[in-house]
Amino acid sequence: MTEIPFDLIALQVLTGLALGCIYVLVATGLTLIFGLLNIVNFAHGAFYAAGAYLGVFAFTYTGNFWLSLVAVPFGMALIGLPTERFLLRPVYGRDPSYPLLLTFGLGYVIVELIRIAFGTDGIPFNAPAALKGSLFFGDIAFPRYRLFVMAFTAALLAGLWFLIEKTSFGLIIRAGARNPEIVSVLGVDTSRVWMLIFALGTAVAGVAGFLAAPMRGVIPEMGVTVLIEAFVITVVGGMGSLPGAVIAGLSMGVVVSLTSYFAADYSNVVMFAIMAAVLLVRPQGLLGRPEFAR
Amino acid sequence: MLKVDKLNAWYGRSHVVQDVSFEVAPSEIVTLLGRNGAGKSTTIRSIMGLVAKRTGSVIFGTGEVLAAPSWKRFEAGLAYVPEHRSIVPGLTVLENLRLGLIASPLKRNEHAIIDEIAETFPRLKQRLSQEAVTLSGGEQQMLAIARAVASKPAMILLDEPSEGIMPVLVDEMFEYFDRLRGQGTTILLIEQNVEIALRISDRAYILDQGAIVHQGSARDLLADREIQERYCSV
Repeated sequence: MTEIPFDLIALQVLTGLALGCIYVLVATGLTLIFGLLNIVNFAHGAFYAAGAYLGVFAFTYTGNFWLSLVAVPFGMALIGLPTERFLLRPVYGRDPSYPLLLTFGLGYVIVELIRIAFGTDGIPFNAPAALKGSLFFGDIAFPRYRLFVMAFTAALLAGLWFLIEKTSFGLIIRAGARNPEIVSVLGVDTSRVWMLIFALGTAVAGVAGFLAAPMRGVIPEMGVTVLIEAFVITVVGGMGSLPGAVIAGLSMGVVVSLTSYFAADYSNVVMFAIMAAVLLVRPQGLLGRPEFAR
Repeated sequence: MLKVDKLNAWYGRSHVVQDVSFEVAPSEIVTLLGRNGAGKSTTIRSIMGLVAKRTGSVIFGTGEVLAAPSWKRFEAGLAYVPEHRSIVPGLTVLENLRLGLIASPLKRNEHAIIDEIAETFPRLKQRLSQEAVTLSGGEQQMLAIARAVASKPAMILLDEPSEGIMPVLVDEMFEYFDRLRGQGTTILLIEQNVEIALRISDRAYILDQGAIVHQGSARDLLADREIQERYCSV
């Protein structure tokens, strides 16, 4: 066996962490929406793709990456608000198959709309000039853009943590996830809260899509695989648990990245193998609440 | 204060509340009595807008509220402590209390109000930073009541507050209800513990199989063993 150079492993780990950040962002929106609205959102991958296209579109008009990065969450929230209000709200309280089929179909519609508007071929999209090139850690060259993705994700998660743990809106979110009835009896219009949460989830998915664009490419179907990956992560982390999604997302990113280097054939399977193993030992996922393990 | 007229409510196909009409005057304590399954909780839950299929009329203060979504009753000054307390797991005692003020204009005085609550409920005061579900049953009930009164509602609906609680705490709790009434709060109570409820009540209604079958002053009902036996014994 040949010696495995340390710097290559380090590079693979860092690449995995950047990939994990995308997983974390997608899974965060998914788990927020599941935790509060009790809906497994199959359109989440399409929102991820829509975010990437929206960002690329904004970039071609403004030529400014940062402006586009700000435009994506706002644009996606504007799509998320009416989606919750007019499509999801009428099916609350019905059999879970209603929102499942509805979001599944909505995902197809969104992807088709993207194909009509932007064509079926991918759009090349490069990292902005300021984030091109590499930073050197000793001998290891690490792409600046991936470091940016990690820093940006960390900042976004910190903001989300502050919102949920430290603000009144966060208190409503935490209480509403466990007992929506009491929150509404205490004077909170929960349907408005659900709408905002859905918009927040869509916005984060869109940002993830745009951040991923220079790393993973922009094609209409880009959300399909990431949705499956994000599902695996929410299940492993524990449905409805944000810290669980962060831990599971980052570790899965690293595992996938290392596997694709050392045993590329298994890189598509390793995630599911881990999920199966976790579910055997802890059916509710790493940090999930036992009531979700049915 | 509260006028319920021909209230009907259904769970699925079963017609749980049938043409229930009653009134509660300002600063009164009125109790709904009746066996388990008589429709008392469903009556209150319908008033709060928590039962999907409901008809009739509920006038609170001066306005009709029955059709409005549940959260609208809060700003009108109608509070509700559900059966089984609804303490939110994962939140501390303090956070549960803050939840009681989150939609209230009194939120600005949050610190003052929580200090006041801590004086009224010393058991909660020592446990503010503790996770609420670690409290004893009685303490959880106190917390649920404190959370409901934090916004200083004009009226409060209490569903079986004494259930599963040590007798000494029950006495303490009912003394508190009496004091609340003294401060002008109107109370509608559901109780299995007939005696203790009637002792602080002004009037009572008895429900059986979803309909009101008897009503009277608390004093008369307390003396009427026959009615108590027939409709309230378990």
